[in-house]
Amino acid sequence: MVALALAFSASPALAATIEVTIDKLVFSPANIEAKVGDTIEWTNNDVIAHTATVKGGWEVAIPPKSKGRIIVKTAGAVDYFCRFHPNMKGRLEVSP
Amino acid sequence: MYIRSIATLAALLLVSAAPYAQAAEKPTDPQIAHIAYTAGVIDIEAAKQAIKDSKNKEVVDFAKDMERDHEAVNKQALDLLKKLKVKPEDNATSQALTKAAKEERAKLAKLKGADFDKAYIENEVAYHKQVNGALETLLIPSASNAELKSLLETGLKIFQGHQQHAEHVAGMLK
Repeated sequence: MVALALAFSASPALAATIEVTIDKLVFSPANIEAKVGDTIEWTNNDVIAHTATVKGGWEVAIPPKSKGRIIVKTAGAVDYFCRFHPNMKGRLEVSP
Repeated sequence: MYIRSIATLAALLLVSAAPYAQAAEKPTDPQIAHIAYTAGVIDIEAAKQAIKDSKNKEVVDFAKDMERDHEAVNKQALDLLKKLKVKPEDNATSQALTKAAKEERAKLAKLKGADFDKAYIENEVAYHKQVNGALETLLIPSASNAELKSLLETGLKIFQGHQQHAEHVAGMLK
């Protein structure tokens, strides 16, 4: 959030990092907004592996007690889920 | 079908005993820990069999997920029990689960190819459904230690995810 605020105030060209925490099979926050070029970083606090997967699209591996990240390249809204635990769901809205 | 019905029966016996017996017959924390751990071991054994015997990538990948997750959860369970100084206690439900699983493995061992894949995945759907039902209606409400209860609740979320994953793979095999 700090990074996000700095990015906006200092220079709009600076990409931000948006952090998502995974705890007990929940993406938090579940809905996130980003701009093209931003990084999404997932921190997995669980003891089991997860993924952030877009059906027919990208996939990020998020190992247990570890992080996974992606730089968003295209604008648009996508729903994502964990391929191992499809009951874990999130949504990402990317603006140009 | 016979095998699954024994396992279901065991769960039903537990569930149906609960309203009548209340405090007297509800499982104790050492028994709950044993049941949860045993259920995990059973799924790991089934996964190992599928990894060895299946030629279907989706099925093998699913089995690897099951092996990895259940091993992680069971390790956490053992760590917690050690910390709490609780010794898991063998009981009739654990024994019924183990017996049913042994029979299921023997049944699967006779199957090959697509028949094996279908039977394994269908059993995974039914088994997770059964274990999740027992967790929701009996094991979680009966657990008295807060940390054990929390671990069981996390387990339930993980295994609900497994059930959905298994249902997805089952749909693909049709």
